Amino acid sequence: MPDFTKRLLHSHEGKLLLVVVVLFVFLSLATRSFFSLQNMIDLLTSYSFSGMLAAGLLVVLISGGIDISFTASASVAQYVAMTVANHFNVGWVEVILIVAAVGIACGLINAVLIGTLGLSSIIVTIATLNVFFGLLMFVTHGNEIFQLPDWFTNGASWVVYTDKQGNPYIFNLQMIGLIGAFVVTALLLTRTNIGRQIYALGSNKDAAQRVGIKVFRLNLLVYGYMGFVAGMASLIQAQDAQSVSPNALVGRELDVLAAVVLGGASLMGGVGTVFGTILGVMLLAFLQNGLLLLGVQSYWSECFTGAVILIAVSALALERQRQRAGIRRVMA
Amino acid sequence: MPDFISLTGISKHFGGVTALADVDMTIGAGEVHCLAGENGSGKSTLIKIISGVQPPDAGGEIVIDGRLYTHLTPAESTRIGIQVIYQDLSLFPDLTVAENIAFAQHLRGFRGAGQRRLRSRAEAVVARLGVALDLDALVGELSIAQRQLVAICRALAAEARLVIMDEPTASLTRTEVDTLLDITRELKRRGIAVVFVSHRLDEVMEIAERVTVLRDGRKLGTWDAQDMTPRRLGSLMTGHEFDYKVVVPDLSQAPVVLSVKALSRRGDFQDVSLDIRQGEILGVIGLLGSGRTELALSLFGMRPADQGEIRMDGAPVHLTSNRAAIDHGIAYVSEDRLSLGLVLEQPIASNIVLSTLDKLKGAGGLLSADRRRQAVRQGIEQLGIKVSDPENPVRTLSGGNQQRVVIAKWLATQPRVLILDSPTVGVDINAKDGIYAIVKRLAAEGMAVMMISDEIPEVLYHAHRILVMQGGRVKGEFHPADITETALREAIDA
Amino acid sequence: MSEGSVTTRPPPPAPVASAAGWKPSPVLFRLVVLFLALVALFAVLLGHRLFNGAAIRSMAFQLPELGIFALAMMVPLLSGGLDLSIIATANLSALAAAYVFTHFGLGGSGASMVLWHIAALAAAFGVAGLVGLLNGTVIAYLGVSPILATLGTMTMVKGIAVGLTHGGVIAGFPPFMVFIGNGLVFGVPVVLIVFAVIAIPMGVLLTRTSFGQRVTMLGSNLQAVRYSGIDTRRVLVRVYLISALLSALAGLLMMARFNSANAAYGESYLLITILAAVLGGIDPAGGFGKVSGLVMSLIVLQLVSTAANLLNISQFLSLALWGAVLLGVAGVGRVWAWARHFLPKR
Repeated sequence: MPDFTKRLLHSHEGKLLLVVVVLFVFLSLATRSFFSLQNMIDLLTSYSFSGMLAAGLLVVLISGGIDISFTASASVAQYVAMTVANHFNVGWVEVILIVAAVGIACGLINAVLIGTLGLSSIIVTIATLNVFFGLLMFVTHGNEIFQLPDWFTNGASWVVYTDKQGNPYIFNLQMIGLIGAFVVTALLLTRTNIGRQIYALGSNKDAAQRVGIKVFRLNLLVYGYMGFVAGMASLIQAQDAQSVSPNALVGRELDVLAAVVLGGASLMGGVGTVFGTILGVMLLAFLQNGLLLLGVQSYWSECFTGAVILIAVSALALERQRQRAGIRRVMA
Repeated sequence: MPDFISLTGISKHFGGVTALADVDMTIGAGEVHCLAGENGSGKSTLIKIISGVQPPDAGGEIVIDGRLYTHLTPAESTRIGIQVIYQDLSLFPDLTVAENIAFAQHLRGFRGAGQRRLRSRAEAVVARLGVALDLDALVGELSIAQRQLVAICRALAAEARLVIMDEPTASLTRTEVDTLLDITRELKRRGIAVVFVSHRLDEVMEIAERVTVLRDGRKLGTWDAQDMTPRRLGSLMTGHEFDYKVVVPDLSQAPVVLSVKALSRRGDFQDVSLDIRQGEILGVIGLLGSGRTELALSLFGMRPADQGEIRMDGAPVHLTSNRAAIDHGIAYVSEDRLSLGLVLEQPIASNIVLSTLDKLKGAGGLLSADRRRQAVRQGIEQLGIKVSDPENPVRTLSGGNQQRVVIAKWLATQPRVLILDSPTVGVDINAKDGIYAIVKRLAAEGMAVMMISDEIPEVLYHAHRILVMQGGRVKGEFHPADITETALREAIDA
Repeated sequence: MSEGSVTTRPPPPAPVASAAGWKPSPVLFRLVVLFLALVALFAVLLGHRLFNGAAIRSMAFQLPELGIFALAMMVPLLSGGLDLSIIATANLSALAAAYVFTHFGLGGSGASMVLWHIAALAAAFGVAGLVGLLNGTVIAYLGVSPILATLGTMTMVKGIAVGLTHGGVIAGFPPFMVFIGNGLVFGVPVVLIVFAVIAIPMGVLLTRTSFGQRVTMLGSNLQAVRYSGIDTRRVLVRVYLISALLSALAGLLMMARFNSANAAYGESYLLITILAAVLGGIDPAGGFGKVSGLVMSLIVLQLVSTAANLLNISQFLSLALWGAVLLGVAGVGRVWAWARHFLPKR
């Protein structure tokens, strides 16, 4: 399919894929342990939280909005769920329902405020970030929950394969969450009418209203979905960390934003794909993991991440400038 | 011809303001109808009532298919087959052509319409109209004319029986207008009525059957389009007779201010030479894409020319930025007043002094409030801007007054050459006269003026000399006294 | 119908809290009302516990840091942008100064010590200047959206700080720094004087100079300003330069107050500065806002936070309250606009 290949290479995703592949090959050759099943499993597990949030945030960015508050929603959701789990005789179904309900509620609050206050989504969600997080810290006095029920800490994982030395390779909840978030988001965005309406809303809000899209209702869904994903992500994060700390997650919202934007989503709305977002998360994951394996002190990894973000957004901007110049020529 | 829609006694008040008063109107099935009126005449309110965006006041009647409605909802109006194509086209730039055309498929139910069904639907519509569109292209990558086709296809996909187009020709080239007219004929052949909404007298009149004129919210009447002349329509719309005469002073002795020799910029214009004398108004007329605006931007230093020479008062100048052009005494009033000419949200006063802030410095390098006030007052008086408070946003002014603010801003830079690009776009006919009077007064005071336009009467009655541009080149020079409107139109379209 | 007879048109829909609703003077009025209401409320709840010298002085100590950061955020906001790198820049600048102070500036004779002190401050502002130029260049010349550009520099600048210090703290500064951070002049905290000395000229800069006019105008419509013969790119570079230099100053104040510097101080301030600015009437879409509004909003926020502290409510609840105050003020404005639109006019 030469046509498909050509399109891919011209798209942002194509270029990003090239970068990720090059990085992957380089790290596989330059380090001993990068290209190993165990390292990949570790990467998937440790990036499951930000990866899931990236999938949720992608939907918000496509709709033309932004959400900064999701780390706070996630913190609230996991704290509530684990508190209940510690005090009542509940199981997986109940905690999943709880994190979903809390996450969705936070998201709906955002959507209602954005729809009624006439403030931009970034301002509203910065405010709700502080409200959610502040209330959580106030109520919990910042106390961590160290003791979680056994059925929860044991989690669920399946040994897929055991190598000759007897090392097990496992498939765990974090992977299910990560893959699930990407698959559901991809289906939502490409296979449902709702998804196409979200693209339309982000692409041209006035036109969306004119063709009959109910913007307020769609925003409820978009921010509700973001909250739902945040709730789920918080659960698998708590399972991975084996404890819940109310202030462990807040502060990571901008990293997630960086990954989604690296993946080609535009802050102007209407643009972005799940594939691109996966690549964006992978780029940051490979970079940080690779630097470590290359023996660069972990202190420097943030610096490199920042440089990569800066270079990537500059390249994206230049690309869009060229495209715009091209369109001008077509029109003239 | 049976009526598709018949409106009787439609009125609309907003608070104490009458937007529409007792308007009757019928549109036949498959009719091409022109709805003409100035800004504020009530055209947009009427469209909003037909499309169900706003209800009329009680007492009005809307009859469609023999059914009586007191008002329509947007959903009803769509179901009946009424589609409005707004001037901004309301498309989704990030979606494909196919999705834009068949977007209604995405509105019902949760599960996706499926790319294949969507595509086949779009294909069918495009084939029905017989237009060439790449269904997989993103709308954001299309030209304005192609986007308009997409919007028309979308209306057709929604089973439109009446398509209302708001100012459809405003940003099209002549060839593109011809395509639009062809498509309109095709719609008509299929029994689809088309209403063109316009505040100028343009090409769509060629194929319209009837014209309805609104003024100040009242209907003046409906006429057969054949009986209508641009002049008559103009006086109906404004309530004034306009009788321009060609008056050209003798400027052969006046010194040349701006002289351009063999100026070129790749892809924009080639080999343009022209002189403008002190006190002269040089009309430059051409269609969109003729290179008129690009030439102006080069003279204003914003898109520097690659070849040729520009002289001011005989001395060669290098215009590599608009600051350089301004310093050499060149000013440019953009055709896009709303996004390039003015900062709409900000005060009138701040707009007037925007280009001359450095002249307002007083003690300690700070802006002197006195000097600012003085400069603002001078601009307002010089141009007769009607302002209640200069600290109000420019947005609150009418189109004509807004344009005066732009001109005031440039006069403050004390230019020798004033380039006006389509200076009366979006300005009511009455207010246009005021702008022309200003331009003539400035010329009489010694300003060299270049007036770019695509409206023939504008240059014919207000310029002293006319250059015709086409495909990036100067195709001819005319003296207004020696040429008629028809001959000039032929020269432009040739 | 004559020129200017716009009255025959239907009235535009009532402007709601977007650009038009966020005009400076009503905001200032609203904030003053809010301030007085809060003062009354806390007077009842706390009485002399809040309105005494010590409590007021402690407010005066806390306000300036956030205040200068908010100023650093305000200038880009006015230009229609945003600067997420202010905290990271502040910390890197402070670390640069701290490095010079601790390595060269503590010993030696009087004259050379003074020179080293000046060098330390110069290092701080030099580093900040570089960051500001980087931000400005990327935003103005490459056309990157300010959020993304400054998100990148934020991460990178913090990364440099962490990389150089390994996350550690540099402490131990000359007495005059300690005095700046914690000293009083005639009972007034030095930091508050520093804030005043910065805020007043900033107000003048933004409203009374051609630079300030250009910034607000281009915040509303960059292209129109460019077509008016103004080098908008140079203006934008200066905007981010000023933001970075103010950040450096705030960083030095933080350093003086804590008597130490670190890569991760004050990170919770970042988003709060945006809240404070928007509450102070700075339109996040650009073009509108005054330093006076910002200062008033800072005072309100500080009052809430100090009162919460005295009521033995955790500092985190005041964080929540800050967010709620912003949402509440916007909500009141919205209800107000709605009421005016629907209630019959007298």
